[in-house]
Amino acid sequence: MEEEKNEVKLMKGNEAIAHAAIRYGVDGYFGYPITPQSEILETLEELMPWETTGMVVLQAESEIAAINMVYGGASTGKAVMTSSSSPGVSLKQEGISYIAAGELPALIVNVMRGGPGLGTIHPSQSDYFQATKGGGHGDYHLIVLAPSTVQEMADFVATGFDLAFKYRTPAMILADGIVGQMMEKVVLPPFRARLTDEQIAQQRPWAVTGRAGSRGHKNVETTLELEDDKMEEINHRLQATYREIEKNETRFETHYTDDAEYLIVAFGSIARICLKAIEDCRETGLKVGLLRPITLWPFPTEAINELAGRVKGILTVEINAGQMVQDVKLAANGQSPVWHYGRMGGNVPNPTEVTEALISHINQSKE
Amino acid sequence: MAKVYGAVEVNPERCKGCDLCVVACPCDVLKLQPLEVNNRGYHYAYPDKADACIGCSSCAAVCPDGCITVYRYVDKG
Amino acid sequence: MTPEEIKQKGSIVAAKPRLLNDNHMHYCPGCSHGVVHRLIAEVIEEMQVEDNVIGVAPVGCAVFAYNYIDIDWIEAAHGRAPAVATGAKRLNPSRMVFTYQGDGDLAAIGTAETIHAANRGENITIIFINNGIYGMTGGQMAPTTLEGMKTSTTPYGRRADLNGYPLNITPLLAMLPGTCYVSRQSVHTAVAVRKAKAAIKKAFTSSLAGKGTSVIEIVSTCSSGWKMSPAKANEWMEKNMFGHYPPGDLKDTTND
Repeated sequence: MEEEKNEVKLMKGNEAIAHAAIRYGVDGYFGYPITPQSEILETLEELMPWETTGMVVLQAESEIAAINMVYGGASTGKAVMTSSSSPGVSLKQEGISYIAAGELPALIVNVMRGGPGLGTIHPSQSDYFQATKGGGHGDYHLIVLAPSTVQEMADFVATGFDLAFKYRTPAMILADGIVGQMMEKVVLPPFRARLTDEQIAQQRPWAVTGRAGSRGHKNVETTLELEDDKMEEINHRLQATYREIEKNETRFETHYTDDAEYLIVAFGSIARICLKAIEDCRETGLKVGLLRPITLWPFPTEAINELAGRVKGILTVEINAGQMVQDVKLAANGQSPVWHYGRMGGNVPNPTEVTEALISHINQSKE
Repeated sequence: MAKVYGAVEVNPERCKGCDLCVVACPCDVLKLQPLEVNNRGYHYAYPDKADACIGCSSCAAVCPDGCITVYRYVDKG
Repeated sequence: MTPEEIKQKGSIVAAKPRLLNDNHMHYCPGCSHGVVHRLIAEVIEEMQVEDNVIGVAPVGCAVFAYNYIDIDWIEAAHGRAPAVATGAKRLNPSRMVFTYQGDGDLAAIGTAETIHAANRGENITIIFINNGIYGMTGGQMAPTTLEGMKTSTTPYGRRADLNGYPLNITPLLAMLPGTCYVSRQSVHTAVAVRKAKAAIKKAFTSSLAGKGTSVIEIVSTCSSGWKMSPAKANEWMEKNMFGHYPPGDLKDTTND
């Protein structure tokens, strides 16, 4: 019990990711500094996991190099990750496409800042499209997890890797700068041993372990296929995996939805602000509920569709120009009006703003 | 006095008739087929003056397609 | 003696190595890639490391290298082979890891990855095929294209004032403390081929021994891109390429 108590720590979301990665038994981290997520690399370098678990940590020359180191490491069957923030994640897109095409498990963390361009170092959710619709070239998806607490920053390392290995597809933790930078209590997971080379060869027969001789055949990690029918078959296989993920892995949570007349949909740290707004509304008798998608892809389409049939209106609150709102509209499918309230440039709405935006939309809808 | 004998074998289907072995051979053993072509349409190399081969394997060294096997026999007399 | 008698009584002194499989290579007739592929297969067999080796293939003509040499391979994105090899090697430090890259892959789009892998002294070997042209995409200008050399994107010849100078990257890599063995070779004659093989073997051995990054540049021909017969391309290479890219060892600290 005493030991368990010791595992409760106060730390930033970024630091929690670093601690959780070591404890999960991640084999390698490759990254490049960029605000607001540099603490992930810094914490790993400070903790020196190569002395304890044997985890490799390397500061690469660029985000492009880092994601390709992930591709190389993941090809050999190892649990490998990288992290960055929006402009850096744009640079990683080619590599992410290769990792998805190569059916490789890997974890990518994006602690979002405002864009476009160099934008701002302050928080944003404006990479929703990039994360959930593919991001790089070709038909692919990432499993996208959106943490709203420092605890989830830590927990989603394990969730992300477990899903990535289960489906052999890359997963992304799509955090915003708020949850990356803020400090909260976190219960760190217990340490797990890294897989041995023998376990990897046994459990991941596809891995390019360099041991073609004893295996009796070579393993090749390639994303190139020039025969049209074969390439189409690969595409169908990827799509079948995505359908399976949609069926099994959609995650979300709801608050006050049982009697809700209006619904707010928000993800990440913004969902917490919205929850406060909802509680304020309920004090005045306005029955509002919250749906927080935990997986942004696969998206909780069915749950929103069901709620859209029962409420008078849905407000999405995002710190972007309105991205998730498109998926919410598709999910609502015309059953109820869908509105958007967003701030940009690093600004974060407070609960009063959210309440006012909701009431304004409700009033307009009655006119 | 020991005498060195060589023999060269070309895999005609792997050969692309690039001519590099012909140029590399110090004894003019190899030639490209003047009329015959393989399944891919290449005028493949063949040992024209087989007896002249000394088994130096220069042809095999420069062959880009790994189509040449060279044998050598040293008759120690 | 008849050839049949010699084959019976004598021994095989040269043959296709076992690891170079029977797949028909897509390379044009006379292409240097085939020779270098064979040398890599021979060296891996001689070092008996086929159960301890990962190759990283590039984007370019050698993109399908993995179809021809029967070892474990990873096919990298264009220019990223040294980063991919870094990831593979760091997580599997006992493996012999090498990249196989062309001039566009290594010295244009992948310059940063090449220099930084070498500067970190990654214990990998980089095999660098320099034929001064983009073969796969149809003969466009490469970073190593010589001044005056005609390509499909320098149809009147490369001009330094318009296109910049040919990039001689191997001496740059030799300057870095992370490299242990940097050598420039060719495969246009039997003697050159034997030297190139020795260089590749030394590079692979040094990588396995953890001495740092080895770089073997092979000054090569592209008879299709250069629009010459393979034999003529060899002559042109000796006369023109060797002036800018002279063969020989540029650095060897493997015995230090």
